[in-house]
Amino acid sequence: MKMMNSQLKFLIVLLCVALLAPSAAQAKKLKVITTLTDLASLTQEISGDKVDVEALAKGYQDPHFVEPKPSFLLKLRNADLLISVGLDLEIGWLPPLITQSGNGRIQPGAQGYLDASQFAEILEQPQGKVDRSMGDVHPLGNPHYWLDPDNGRRVAKGIATKLGELDPGDSAYFQQRYQDFANRLAEAEKKWDAEMAPYRGRKIVTYHRSWPNFAKHFGLDVVGYIEPRPGIPPTPSHTIELVNLMKRENIKIELIEPYFDSKTPNSIASMTGGKVVVMLPSVGGKPEVTDYFKLFDYDIALLTKAFQETK
Amino acid sequence: MKRILNLFIVVALASSALMAQQQQPSAADVAALMQKVRDLEDRVVILEGQLRQVKAQQQPAQPTATAPATAANAPATQPQVTTEQGAAGATQGAETVRLGGAGGAAAKALNPDISVIGDFIGSAGHNPNEPTPSFQMHESEIGLQAIVDPYARADFFISFGEEGVNLEEGFITFTALPKGFVAKAGKMRAAFGKVNTLHNHVLPWVDRPLVTRNLVGGEDGIDDAGISVQHIIPAPKNWFVEFTGQGFRGDSSDVFRASNKNDLSTVGHLRVFKDITDNSNIDLGASYSRGHNTFGTDFLTNLYGVDATWRWKPLQRSIYRSFVARSEFIWRQQDQPAVLSCQLLTCPGAALGVQRAFGYYASADYQFARRWFFGGRFDHSDRATNAALADKGGALVLTYWPSEFAQVRGQYRITRYAEHFDAHEGFIQLQFALGAHGAHPF
Repeated sequence: MKMMNSQLKFLIVLLCVALLAPSAAQAKKLKVITTLTDLASLTQEISGDKVDVEALAKGYQDPHFVEPKPSFLLKLRNADLLISVGLDLEIGWLPPLITQSGNGRIQPGAQGYLDASQFAEILEQPQGKVDRSMGDVHPLGNPHYWLDPDNGRRVAKGIATKLGELDPGDSAYFQQRYQDFANRLAEAEKKWDAEMAPYRGRKIVTYHRSWPNFAKHFGLDVVGYIEPRPGIPPTPSHTIELVNLMKRENIKIELIEPYFDSKTPNSIASMTGGKVVVMLPSVGGKPEVTDYFKLFDYDIALLTKAFQETK
Repeated sequence: MKRILNLFIVVALASSALMAQQQQPSAADVAALMQKVRDLEDRVVILEGQLRQVKAQQQPAQPTATAPATAANAPATQPQVTTEQGAAGATQGAETVRLGGAGGAAAKALNPDISVIGDFIGSAGHNPNEPTPSFQMHESEIGLQAIVDPYARADFFISFGEEGVNLEEGFITFTALPKGFVAKAGKMRAAFGKVNTLHNHVLPWVDRPLVTRNLVGGEDGIDDAGISVQHIIPAPKNWFVEFTGQGFRGDSSDVFRASNKNDLSTVGHLRVFKDITDNSNIDLGASYSRGHNTFGTDFLTNLYGVDATWRWKPLQRSIYRSFVARSEFIWRQQDQPAVLSCQLLTCPGAALGVQRAFGYYASADYQFARRWFFGGRFDHSDRATNAALADKGGALVLTYWPSEFAQVRGQYRITRYAEHFDAHEGFIQLQFALGAHGAHPF
């Protein structure tokens, strides 16, 4: 037993030494892990083949409810950079993963931790007191900000700067890739804006509050939600109110995310003569939607078609 | 700051517009102008982002003692200084006011995340072996969690039961150790199997399995002060393999007792995990624990356990459907005075003084709607000090979540005790959470 005590002491000394020891410098390819596929796509645009990028969540799953599986730890433990959406979107699953990763580089506050929300325009920041009677509100603002291409560009710029910090040798390369990306995005935006132009000012309802940035960019007016409150499933009384609102205002379009049950939206559609549009909130929501550009291509094609059909 | 910027943009736009009117702009001019507006917009957004961060970091540092002095000056219509307008107003003078309750996340940035989880249980039925009151505020657990510094975080869980207060867990986690080590020090639930690591409010049942109650210290389990080191072991083909080694003082419920200072207890746990598909995975564990027991320094208890969990959750419908099947097998070998064994048993010769008890549970839980779960559990366990006696049981559980932060659960439990009588019990449990949105354990 004496021996066990001295072993303990040795272990403690070892821990102290370990805390002070500098981490070994690395000269290999940077490894970037993002929480969502959209951030992975933006990082890919910036980094080209200089960086390995991988997302934790799948594009077709609800980003609020990802399971913190140990297999994610395998990805995180060697990461040089972790990019998160922030604004508490990942609060239910990311913190324990970071803690258990055994990777000091990606802890909050360390150089390898990047909260992308700092670069983006954030909507729906609650003013005043917040409590859960409002449902699962995000006290820091709506985290679905990547669905505005302007925010995509801003976040990409932030990522380019961060990658340059971590890999100063390729800093110019990342900046040049960012410029190229911004130019291509501006071109694409012109096309998307033109396609959406006839429908500016249209009123729509959405399932969850995933679309304020998208709606703002393309001039849509979100007037109701199928969820009575964020995170609370539809209730009959709220659904009736919503149906009345849609009839009164002649609203035909319901946007829903692919991970929500379409039963209630479908019955609302049949009562109002409206149309359910399953829009993708993230890259990878469908196999063919492989990058940030294709995400908007896909969503806008669906939405404009739906607008035409419900004229 | 934001107001000034917005003003600046408006002026810039207006003046450009005026000039444009005078000169009949070409398409190139308009494009350049648009580009300029976009750049300015980007700068505003970046400044807003920085403002959010500054607000989150700086403001709580102001001493609250200044509040009473300036409260009278504060505009009554604007009690909360986290709004955009409030932040703009803050630049007018350092003496901003923040009144209690308001303020959102920024005001509390450096406070730990605080949560309270209430656990209320009502029970019906008769059970002379393990009587439960008709109603009980079983537990009120307070969680305080925060990052300590760039090298560590800390977590405290203080549980107020009906009879007293207990530090359920309180430990620091060193997150920035080299070579991928994660170390903890403090009081913590030992990494022995699955159920022992879980707090009451994340169990899929109202109670804990018989094998936990009989062999692994019941509700408190192996929960002790000590240190823990864990490390992920590299393995091929995306197998996750992790080893955890823990050393404790040696005091845990009726499992371990340190009669003198050197009676430490140890726990070793090996966890293996693999994604089978995107929707399903297996989680296997092997555990060992050793320590001195309640009979004194010379009497050891050894615990061995294996656990297996299979999970299924279709990712695209992850909030509506899931299935978890889990089982744990536990062996307990306990030294005890031969006299005691002779009193209890009929002195079976060779087994004198050592009890070898075995128990297990097998459970399954199916989520059949967004808020509904149905599950069952089968129990079997010998008794620790007299392994010749075995209890059996089973339970059916129905759980409803009004929201993510509240849970109502009904459980029917039948237990067939070794003394040859059955106890039929019904439980209703209400759990509710306040405060920080804690992550669910996996």
